[in-house]
Amino acid sequence: MAGGLDGVRRLANARLAAIVLPSLFEEEVRREAARNETAWEAGTDSFAESLSYFPDIDGLDPNPRRYLDLVERAVATVDVPVIASLNCVSASGWTAYASSLEQAGAAALELNIYDLPADPSPTSPVPLISGREVEARHIEVLAAVKAAVGIPVAVKVSPYYSSITEMALRFEEAGANGLVLFNRFLHPDIDPEKLAMTSGIGLSSPADGRLPRAWIAQLAGRVTASLAASGGVEDAGDVAAYLLAGADVVMTTSALLRHGSSHATALLSGLTEWMTRHGFGSLREFRGLFATSGQAAAGERAGYVRALRAADRGERTW
Amino acid sequence: MRATMDGNEAAASVAYRLNEVCCIYPITPSSPMAELADEWSSQGRPNLWGSVPSVMEMQSEGGAAGALHGALQSGALATTFTASQGLLLMIPNMYKIAGELTPAVMHVAARSLATQGLSIFGDHADVMAVRQTGFAMLASASVQEAHDLALVAQAASLGTRVPFVHFFDGFRTSHELNTIEVLPDDDLRALIPEELIRAHRSRALSPEHPFIRGTAQNPDTYFQARETVNPFYAQVPGAVTAAMDALAARTGRHYETISYTGDPAAERVIVIMGSGAQTAAETARYLAGQGERVGVVTVRLFRPFPAADLLAALPPTVRQVAVLDRTKEPGSLGEPLFLDVLGALAEAHAAGTLAVMPVVTGGRYGLSSKEFTPGMVAAVFADLAAAHPKPRFTVGITDDVGGTSLDYGELDIEPPGTVRAVFFGLGSDGTVGANKNTIKILGSDRGLHAQGYFVYDSKKSGSQTVSHLRFGPDPIRAPYLVQNASFVGCHQAELIERVDVLSRAAPGATLLLNTPRPPEEVWDSLPRPVQEQILAKGATLYAIDATQVARDAGLPGRINTVLQTCFFAISGVLPAGEAIAAIKAAIAKSYARRGAEVVARNNAAVDQAVSALHQVPVPGRVTTNRGLPALVPADAPDFVQRVTAEMMAGRGDALPVSALPVDGTYPSGTTAFEKRNISDLVAEWDPDLCIQCGNCSFVCPHSVIRAKFYDESDLAGAPDSFASMPLDARGLPDTRYSLQVYVEDCTGCALCVEACPVQAPGEPGKHAINLAPREPLVAAQRESIAFFEQLPPNNRARVDFGTVRGTQYLQPLFEFSGACAGCGETPYLKLLSQLFGDRLMIANATGCSSIYGGNQPTTPWAADAEGRGPAWSNSLFEDNAEFGLGFRLAADLHLGLALARLAQLREQIGPDLVDEIVAAPQRRESEFAAQRARIAELGRRLDGLPAGEPAVADLRSVLDQLVRRSVWLVGGDGWAYDIGSGGLDHVLASGRNVNVLVLDTEVYSNTGGQSSKATPLGAVAKFAASGKHVPKKDLALQAIAYGNVYVARVAMGADPQQTLHALREAEAYDGPSLIIAYSHCIAHGIEMRDGMGQQYRAVASGYWPMIRYDPELRAAGANPFLLDSPRPRIPLSDYTSRELRYRILAQRDPAESERLMALAEREVQQRWAVYEEMATRGPAWFPADARPAAAGSTPEGVEVTDGSVLPVSGPGAAEPAGRVGVADGGRPGRGPAAG
Repeated sequence: MAGGLDGVRRLANARLAAIVLPSLFEEEVRREAARNETAWEAGTDSFAESLSYFPDIDGLDPNPRRYLDLVERAVATVDVPVIASLNCVSASGWTAYASSLEQAGAAALELNIYDLPADPSPTSPVPLISGREVEARHIEVLAAVKAAVGIPVAVKVSPYYSSITEMALRFEEAGANGLVLFNRFLHPDIDPEKLAMTSGIGLSSPADGRLPRAWIAQLAGRVTASLAASGGVEDAGDVAAYLLAGADVVMTTSALLRHGSSHATALLSGLTEWMTRHGFGSLREFRGLFATSGQAAAGERAGYVRALRAADRGERTW
Repeated sequence: MRATMDGNEAAASVAYRLNEVCCIYPITPSSPMAELADEWSSQGRPNLWGSVPSVMEMQSEGGAAGALHGALQSGALATTFTASQGLLLMIPNMYKIAGELTPAVMHVAARSLATQGLSIFGDHADVMAVRQTGFAMLASASVQEAHDLALVAQAASLGTRVPFVHFFDGFRTSHELNTIEVLPDDDLRALIPEELIRAHRSRALSPEHPFIRGTAQNPDTYFQARETVNPFYAQVPGAVTAAMDALAARTGRHYETISYTGDPAAERVIVIMGSGAQTAAETARYLAGQGERVGVVTVRLFRPFPAADLLAALPPTVRQVAVLDRTKEPGSLGEPLFLDVLGALAEAHAAGTLAVMPVVTGGRYGLSSKEFTPGMVAAVFADLAAAHPKPRFTVGITDDVGGTSLDYGELDIEPPGTVRAVFFGLGSDGTVGANKNTIKILGSDRGLHAQGYFVYDSKKSGSQTVSHLRFGPDPIRAPYLVQNASFVGCHQAELIERVDVLSRAAPGATLLLNTPRPPEEVWDSLPRPVQEQILAKGATLYAIDATQVARDAGLPGRINTVLQTCFFAISGVLPAGEAIAAIKAAIAKSYARRGAEVVARNNAAVDQAVSALHQVPVPGRVTTNRGLPALVPADAPDFVQRVTAEMMAGRGDALPVSALPVDGTYPSGTTAFEKRNISDLVAEWDPDLCIQCGNCSFVCPHSVIRAKFYDESDLAGAPDSFASMPLDARGLPDTRYSLQVYVEDCTGCALCVEACPVQAPGEPGKHAINLAPREPLVAAQRESIAFFEQLPPNNRARVDFGTVRGTQYLQPLFEFSGACAGCGETPYLKLLSQLFGDRLMIANATGCSSIYGGNQPTTPWAADAEGRGPAWSNSLFEDNAEFGLGFRLAADLHLGLALARLAQLREQIGPDLVDEIVAAPQRRESEFAAQRARIAELGRRLDGLPAGEPAVADLRSVLDQLVRRSVWLVGGDGWAYDIGSGGLDHVLASGRNVNVLVLDTEVYSNTGGQSSKATPLGAVAKFAASGKHVPKKDLALQAIAYGNVYVARVAMGADPQQTLHALREAEAYDGPSLIIAYSHCIAHGIEMRDGMGQQYRAVASGYWPMIRYDPELRAAGANPFLLDSPRPRIPLSDYTSRELRYRILAQRDPAESERLMALAEREVQQRWAVYEEMATRGPAWFPADARPAAAGSTPEGVEVTDGSVLPVSGPGAAEPAGRVGVADGGRPGRGPAAG
C-alpha cells in the first residue's frame, strides 16, 4: 500500500498523522544483488565475441536504490512525516542502511528486528544461543543505529522476550525514541497436502490487539519513549481501546489493506464520534485511562483470570 | 597517468573525447569501442569541449557510415568504430567523405574478411580493401600506439581535411591488456587547435549560407575535379609527422610515419605494419645486438604512401628487403604493402636517388591472428640471407602445397626480468576475470608493466580459456603468446588430460594444479606424458583443492580468487603481504556491488588459499603408463582423425595446407565425435515416473535426449544400464520405449527437468527426468548409447509428428552444438532438423546460430542413416534473406529442368513412372518415401539409357530436385529486424516459397548483448544503457500486411504444440513464411534453467502474443488471423522482474523504470486489443493473395498431416492404431510456471 508513491499519496490524503513505509529487508537487497551478479557474470569472459552481455554500468550494488528512491519521493510528495522501516541481518547493514534512509529524508526509523534465536551465529561454537545473547544483540543493533543517525528511532518490539518491561527499559536506555508493540512475526507454515512450506503472510484481526494493549497498558507511564500500538486495528473502537491503554500512536495496516486507504478517514471520524459519545473533548482526557503501570503482575493476572471466566461464559472480553 | 587497458579502450578514450557524434554498429572485435562510447555517453561524460557526445546505433555499418557522412556534412566532429565486413559496408560512403575532403577518423580493429570461412580474428584484409577510398590510413602497432595515434590521426585529419582510417590489429591489439601512459585532456587540446574545428564547422551545410555539395558531374569535369584534391594528400605525411612531433614534445613518446629499428648499417630489412612490426622490431634489435646486420622498417602511415619517408628510413647499406603483409590478395603480383615498397624503391632507383636496388621479396604472415613470433622474424631474415631468397613466401604455417612457407624455430628474445605466466581455465570459473584483476593490480599501481592476452575456444558453453600474462619493469613489447612461461596454472584438473598445458612451460617452471586429490596422490594421478614433461623440464609442482577452499569460504564454483592468491604466493612477483593486501583491495572493488558478505567470503578464500597450497614432491621417474585419452573414437572418419581431432587438441596451427579443404567445404555432423563432458550434472531418466510425453526431448537445446520405440525382441543383448519401459500407445503391444540421455554431451542446463510435467509423489522437485552427477553414469551410459544407436530408427511414416509426443521419435539432425547451456534458439533448430532434415536447405545469417552452427572445429548439422541431412551455409549477416532466396530460385529452376527432361525422355523412361513422379503429392512423410523410391527407380532406368545423351546426363544431375526441397532462412533479430531487414522485406514480398525462422533473442546475442529493433521498451542492453525508449518493432504485422505471407509468432516454452503447428504449416505453405520464435537468452540475465518458464510468462503476460496468419485460411473463406494465446493473465512485471535486463533500470533509475514499464504495460494492452480485433475480423478485411494459383500447389487444407494410415490426424483426431505419438487428448504443452 505504501510500497508505491501513489499509495503513499492516498494515505496522506486520508489525513493520517504519519506514514510508515514497508520494511526494507537487507536479505532482499542482498539476494537481489547476488541474483544480479550471477546473471551479470553468466557467460562473461568465455567467448571471444561476447566477453560480456550487459553494459558495464554502476548501480547494481546492494545499495537499496529503489527503496531510497521511494523515501525521497514520498518525502517530497506528502506533508506528513514519512517513517522508514528497516529489517536487517548484519551489523554493517543496519548502520549503513539507516544512514542512507536518513539521507533520503526519512523523518524517523522503525527498526524491525527479526531473527530466529534458534539460529546460532555462524561463529558460535555451540548450536544454541542464550536469551541474554539475543537481547544483547538487539540492544547492540539499536545502539549502533542510534550512533549512526540523528533522526528518532523506534524499535518494533518482539512479544517473545521473557521480560518485556525490562527490554522496553533497556531499549529506552539505549536511546529508543519509540517502541512499537508488537512486531508480528510471519511464521511460515506447512501445507500437508502439497507437502510444501507456505508463506506466513496474513492480515491481523482485532483479536491480535489484545496482547499489545495489555503491554502498552503496562508500559504507559513507565517509559518516556513513545508507545506505538500495532496490530488488530479494524475499527475506531480498536483505536480508542489502544488510546485508553496508553498508546501515543496507533498504527494500522491490515484494515487499510482490507478496506482501502479511505478507511483511515473512517477510523478518524469514528474516533471523533466515539469521543463525542463518551464526552471526551481531547485525546489527553482519556489516553492511558486504563494504563496499569506499576501493577504489572497483578494487572496481568487479573486480566488473565477475567478472560478465562469470560471465556467460560462464551463472552468476548474486548 | 599510467593505466592498464586494452587497445579498444585506448583508442576509444581518445576518440570519444575528440568527437561530438559516434555512429555505431556492433562487430567483433571493434564492438567494445562503441560500447564504451555508449556507456560514457549514458553516464554524461563530456568530450574535450564539454558536450556529451551523441552515440547513435544504426541498423548496419552501411547505416552508420551514412549517418557519419551526414553528421560530418553538418559540421559535427564525428567518428565510427568498425571492422571486417562492417568496414566493407562503409566503402561507398568512404569515397564520398574523402571525395568531399571531410576531416574525420574511423577507428578500425582490423580483422579478416569472410572468404572460405568467416573469421573474427585479426589481419589487414579489411583495411586493405579500403586503401583506394581516399582515406588516409594510420596503423598502430600496440595498445599505447592505438591511444596516441588516435590523437595523431584526428589532428592530421583536421589539419589536412583528409579523412583517416586509424587501425590496429583485431584481438592482438584491440583485446590485449597493456600498461600505457594515458593522454590527459591537455595533450589532446594541444594537438587539436580549435580554429580547425571551427573551420570544419564553417564548411558545413547551412541554410544561412547555402551551397550545394554532392552534385552529379559529367565527362567534361569529373576527371579534373578528381585531381583537385592532390595538394591536400601531398600535405598528409608532413601533417602526420608534425602531429607526431607535437605529441613527442608533450609526452616524450616519439613516432614517425615510417620508422627504422636495428643495425644502422643493416643489409637485410623487413618492412611491416601493425602489431607484427613490434615483434619484428624487437627481434631485429635483439639480432642486431648479436651482430647481425638486420633492421625493421615499421610503417605507420600507409595512405598516402610516404615514399620519401620510406627511402629516408632505409639504411643505404640495404641489399635485401622482405615486405610482410598481413593479408592475401589471390592473383595479385604481390600484397599491397609489398607492391608499394617495391614501387617506391624501383622508382627511386630509376631516378638515381637510390644507388643500389635491393632484392625485394613479399611474404604473408599472421592471417586471422595466426601467431607471429620472433622465431618467424628470424626465419625471414635468414631467408633474406640466402643466395636466392624466396620471392614470395608465407611464414607461420606449413605450406606443403605451394611450397611458400619458410621454416622457423623458436627464438626467445624477452628480457630476463619479464615474468611470464599462462593459466588454463574454463570460461565459467572466473580465471580470465581474476587474471585481468592481477594485471590491473600489478600494472596500474605498482610501477610494473603488465600485459594480458586471452585465448578462448569456439564454444559458447564449457569453453576453455588460456590467459597469457607478462609482468616486468620495462614496457612489454611482445604481441604474441607466451612461450617459456615460468608459471603455469592449470585451474581445472581435467584439462591436463585434454590440453598440453606444459607445452608453453620454460625449463624449471612451476606448475600449479587445481585438483581434488590430496598432495600425496597428485603425482600418480598425472598421465604419463605429463609426468614425462614435468621431469624433462625440471618443473616444480604445486597442488591445491581450490574447489574445496572456495566451497568452504562460501563461494562454490568460484575458484578464481583462491588460484589468484596461489599465483601470487608462488610466483613472488610481489612481497606476500603486499600481494594479499592488493588482492583484497581488488576484491573490494570488484565485488562491492555484491555486498559486504561476498567481499568477506572472497577475503576468507584468500586467507585460506595459502594454507591449502601444497608443494607436490616430484619423484625422479614416471610412475604410470596411463596415456592421454583419445580425443575422437578410433572409428571416426579419416578427416575427423587427421584434421578435426588435431584442431580439437589445439594443434590446428600445425596442420599443413594440404590437410585443409580448398573451398571451405567440411563434413557434416562432427560434434558427434567430440565428447566434451562439460557438466558435472547431467540428465537422468526415471522410467518409473515417465509418461512418454516427449517434452524433455522437445526442449533439449543440445539434442542429448533421444527416444525410440522398438520391438521387445530388440532388447536382447541390452546392457544392464539400458533402461526401457512398455510403450504407452494403443495398438502396439510388445513394444518398448526408451529415452536415452547422451550424458557426455549434456550441458546440465535442466530445461528438461523444468519441462517435465511429472512430479514424483512425496518427493518435491523430483521429476521423470532429473539431474544427477555425471561421473558415476558415464561408463555405463556409453554402453547404453551404443545399444540405443544400433536399435533401428523409427519409421518416420509411422510417427505422427503433428504432436510433441510424436516428434521425440524423429532423429535430430542438429546435435551437440556448442551453444550456451540452456540456449533458447537451438530447440527450434533441432525441431526443424527433425521435421524436414532430409530435404532441408538452410541459409543462416551470421550470428549465434552461424557460430554454434558452423564454427570449427566441430559442427552440429548432421546426416541421417541414409546419409541425408540439412545442407547448411552462411553467407553474410546482412544478405541472408537474399542468399536463401537464391537457394529457392536454383531449386525451382532445377526442378523445372528436371521436369522438362522428364517430359523429353518420357517414352524412353516409361510414361507411367514419369507421370507418377510428376504428379506425386509431397506433403506427407509417406509421400516423400514413395517419391524417393520412384526416383531410385528412375535412376536405374536412366542407367539403361545412352549415357552420352545430353538429356539423360542433364536429368541425372538434377534428379534429386524431384523431392521437394524445404528452404529455410534462419537468423537472429539483429539480422531480421536490423541489418537484413531490407532484404528480408524484399524476399517476403517476392511471393516465393521460402521459410524464414527468426530466432528472436531481442538483442545482438553473439556480439554480447547490443540493442536491436527487437529489444523491448524498458530493457537495458548495450547501446541502450538507459533502457530502450522505443517499443519492439512488430515484424509480424509488417509481414501480414502483404497478405500472402504465412506468419507465426511462437514460444515453445508457452505452447510447444503451437510451435510445431506453425513450423509445419509454414513449410507446407507454398509461398513465403515467417516465424518469429521467442528465444530466451543468456543476454536477458535470467537463470537459464528457467528459460522456458520465461517464455511461458512472456506469453501469459500478453507481452508475446502467439499468433498465426495463414493465407490459406483466407483463401478458404475463414479468418486467416489466429490468436493462439489466451488473454493476458499475469502482470507484465511477473515476467520482467525475473530478467536482469529489466531489473537494471528498476534499480538504477526507479522513476524512469516505472515510467517505461507503465508504457510497456500499456503497449501490451494496446497490441492485444489490436490482435483481438483482428482475430474477429472476417477474411475480407485482410489483403488477398494476388498470385495466380500455381499448378500442383493447391493446398489440401489447413491441417497438415504426415500420416500414411489416416488422411487426417492431429490433436483431437482419432488415434490411429499402430501410430505413435498422438497426444492423449489435450495439448502436451504446459506452462512451466504453473507449479
